[in-house]
Parts: sequence; C-alpha cells; structure tokens
Amino acid sequence: MLKAKIFVQLKASVLDPQGKAVTNSLHSLGYTAIRDTRVSKYIELLIEEDDPEKAEYLVNSICDKLLANPNTEHYRFELEQA
Amino acid sequence: MKVSVITFPGSNCDADALEAFALRGHEARSVWHKNTDLGDPDLLILPGGFSYGDYLRCGALARFSPIISEVYKYAEKGGMILGICNGFQILTELGLLPGALMQNKSLNFICRHQYIRVESVDTPFTHGLKKGMALDIPIAHKEGNYFIDEAGLDQLQDNDQIVFRYSNALGHITPEANPNGAVYDIAGICSNNRRILGMMPHPERAATPSVTSNDGLNIIKAVEAYFESSH
Repeated sequence: MLKAKIFVQLKASVLDPQGKAVTNSLHSLGYTAIRDTRVSKYIELLIEEDDPEKAEYLVNSICDKLLANPNTEHYRFELEQA
Repeated sequence: MKVSVITFPGSNCDADALEAFALRGHEARSVWHKNTDLGDPDLLILPGGFSYGDYLRCGALARFSPIISEVYKYAEKGGMILGICNGFQILTELGLLPGALMQNKSLNFICRHQYIRVESVDTPFTHGLKKGMALDIPIAHKEGNYFIDEAGLDQLQDNDQIVFRYSNALGHITPEANPNGAVYDIAGICSNNRRILGMMPHPERAATPSVTSNDGLNIIKAVEAYFESSH
C-alpha cells in the first residue's frame, strides 16, 4: 500500500485572493516580514499498489482528470509506504 | 421552444429558470441529472446553485452525472446551451467553455443587482440587442471571478467570444463596477461556435413580473427571436 501526498496549488500567474487576505491579516498582526502567501490544497490518497512507478502513473492521471484544474492549478506529489 | 433544465444535486435556480421560460409560453421541462435523455430541447439550461456542494472545485463533480454524456453529444451537434452561474462553472469544468471561475477577489459571497454591458450581438442570446447596452441582472456567487491566461484572453477577443462585461448603469466599464475581480471584467462568454453561453449573472431572476428588474427578459427574447429567425 502506498500513500500519495498531493499538493494542488494555484499557478504563479493566478491571483490568490485567499493568500492575499492572509498576508494582510499577518501584517495587521505585526508580521511585516511576510511578503506573500499562497493557499493550497493538500490531498492524501491511499492506494492499493506497491509499485511506485505504477502508483505515480495512477496519481498523475487522477490529478490531470480531476484533482487539479489545468487552467488555474498545478500539482506535485510524494509517495510513501503506508 | 422546447427548453430543458438539468437539475443536479444542489442546483437551486432550476425552478426559476423553468418558470421564466414557461411564463413566456415555452415548453419547459426539468431533467434530473441521473436521466440519460435531454428531451430533444431547442435550448438546454445548466442552472445556478451549488451542484455537489461545490466540493473540490465549483462545478467539477457535475461532470460525473450520467446526463453529462448527453450534454456533450448535444453540444457536439451544435445545440444551444445556457449555463448560468454554477452552470457557467460546470461548462468550464466540462471544457465546453475556456477559462475558470475563481473565488471573488473580496472572498465574499456577493448577492446584488449588477449591470452588464452587451459586448457581442453575434450570439443567439444577444441576437437583436444593441451592442453597448447595459442590463440590470442580479449576481449571487462566491466563485465568479473569471480567469483565463493572456493567450486565452487574446483568443476570446479575436473571436468575439466575450458576450457580457461588468459595467455601471451607463454601460461604462470601471474598476468599481467589477464585483469580483474577473479578468477584463468578463461576466459572460460564448463558445467558438457561438451556441454555448456561460454567464455569472442570473437573467432568470430578472424576467418575471414579481421582481424589480426585468432586463433578463432581453436575453430570453433574444433567444426567441434567434430561434424564430432560424426556423
């Protein structure tokens, strides 16, 4: 069994209103060193598969088909033994 | 006209759309998302609401409803589709319209009257309208911030696919008139073949005698005029 830890992030070219709001809030808390915040999604998949290559193929196709919107988001993931 | 309105789990403007078209004397029917028959409509409506609870991304999960394979076939043969609000989000997730709808810049759910300016009259939905006219049509969304990359925006402009832009009552495009941060103040776009329209504002909520604006009727009447002229 493998676990995929997937991060779905807005592309750098896409404005992230949530991140901007968090930056503003941090500034009002006095954390003026914070220049930018990006809020992302973190998704875990538990996969009945032991071959990392097969799992990687599977997760790529799942991300392409559903978990990420290619218009606005990109993704990366790590696999680990579960 | 025969008008079909799909109801997804979480749709909540389906009845308004049915009523707006039924009041105009059209044969309006509701189609449950688990059906596999659209009912051979002249116009198909994907209504507003929160299909599948907006889980993952707005509109993303509607793609797995059984009716969607029929929607693709209908679009393929040039059917007229109007996607309103969540319907617009679904159309982009289906790949039938380019771009994506993101969270409003303010992060707030915005429910209010909004003027939009007619940018293209070369669509069934704006047929016979005047380019530049401003329509008062309500919006109600949290994810209406239209995004498309620069190359995509160029393409929309080159192909005259931008149908509505947010404006003030005079039809002027100003930063204050843009409610949600949408790229190029885009409120609605059409497909390459011009027969699929996605828009964030709700024309069906401005088309019955009981509400203060009836500007949505302009869009319904445009579709009627287009339908009559092509039959």
